[in-house]
Amino acid sequence: MLSNILNVLPEILTALGQTFYMLGETLFVAIVVGTPLGTILYLIRPGATHHKKVLYIVLDGLVNIIRSFPFLILLIAIIPFTRFVVGTAIGTTAVIVPLSICVIPEFARLVEQTLLDVNTGVVEAAESMGANLFQIIWYVLYSEARAGIANVITIITISLLSYTTVAGLVGGGGIGDFAIRYGYYRYKIDIMFFTVLIIIILVQIIQMIGNRTVRVLDKKK
Amino acid sequence: MIELKNIQKSFDTKDGKFQALKDVSIKIQEGEIFGIIGFSGAGKSTLLRVMNLLERPDSGEVNINGKNLCFLSRKDLLKERQSIGMIFQNFNLLSNKTIAENVEFPLKLAREKKSERIKRVAECLEIVGLTNKKDAYPVSLSGGQRQRVGIARALASNPKILLCDEPTSALDPRTTENILEFLKKINKQFGITIVVVTHEMEVVEQICNKVAVMENGEIVENFDLKEPITEFHSEIGEYLFKHLLNLEAKVDYVI
Repeated sequence: MLSNILNVLPEILTALGQTFYMLGETLFVAIVVGTPLGTILYLIRPGATHHKKVLYIVLDGLVNIIRSFPFLILLIAIIPFTRFVVGTAIGTTAVIVPLSICVIPEFARLVEQTLLDVNTGVVEAAESMGANLFQIIWYVLYSEARAGIANVITIITISLLSYTTVAGLVGGGGIGDFAIRYGYYRYKIDIMFFTVLIIIILVQIIQMIGNRTVRVLDKKK
Repeated sequence: MIELKNIQKSFDTKDGKFQALKDVSIKIQEGEIFGIIGFSGAGKSTLLRVMNLLERPDSGEVNINGKNLCFLSRKDLLKERQSIGMIFQNFNLLSNKTIAENVEFPLKLAREKKSERIKRVAECLEIVGLTNKKDAYPVSLSGGQRQRVGIARALASNPKILLCDEPTSALDPRTTENILEFLKKINKQFGITIVVVTHEMEVVEQICNKVAVMENGEIVENFDLKEPITEFHSEIGEYLFKHLLNLEAKVDYVI
């Protein structure tokens, strides 16, 4: 058993590298696009001072629609778009496009929910001091919600890890794809278990780092 | 000086339009501690929020130190707000920032230089006696201490006016007294005009020079507390101030 695993170790390492690559890139896109999107949803929601009815309906609907897609379907449905953006629909880099599209709305929605937890009194206090909208977002909303946002990033990272397993379908590679290829297609049960173990450990580590970060950032307790 | 003229304000609610302020006019002189008292829902907090335009009135004038805030551009209004401090019932401190950072916040918003900020923060914390707490977070402070941070924060940008929204309603009686002492002190020491919205008579009695009584979106009484109260124009006025009444004076209803 051990020799079996040792034999494929280089391949596992390559697969892990691909997973981290997909995770890292997608997470970056999710944060950069999802945070402002979630913030906009929060700011223009019904009942807010900056409520924009039409824009809210459009963005809110869009977020819901994309979130309704199972990742596998989305991956295939947007192949033309993926080809348009990165030039190919196959390979690790190509997977980042559907991964990002899948995860951005989810990230945005969670950010919106986190911002809803921010005490509106603090926002009002900042307004009374003459803060402009940008200052309120930056100094009040993001500062007050920073632990919540760290939590969102943790949740999304773990979801992403699970999404990347489907990436094998379009040649994306990664640790999940590796598990399917060896464990399912070639009946190498020991290798599959070993890979699953790695994934479990990865999730534990991500969650642990996430929890610790939240604890450091949260000064409310 | 704060001068509100014919302020109207209504809100859309599920049950239709709610008229929160009905043609309210009020004049507050420089250096006064002016109380606005009434039961909940009377419109007093809305009235206070009109003074720095957190609530924009449907009609009427909001003159602060000779400027009608309603006519200011957004940018000038934000600038003007920096000279109007505000404190709140629930303190509304930034929970992830230290006490010093909280007091520094308005100065940061005003883009003051770092060295100036540090100096001013130290001064303000000194005024409220919380220098030793500067690196603590709000969660570790008592309610009274948090309100003192609120006061220090409001003082940081050297305001001429301090608006207080139920500043002691979340505090116990002894802490209330302490906070009121601080308010009195900064009024005397810095000549800051203070407007206090409250439903507690003790607050009015302890610090206010003048008081307006509100009911159903209207001001129903105005008292100058330096003079004996001799007559009432409303039931609520009588209810609240009866015990301050000069007993020899004959009660005169002018309803």
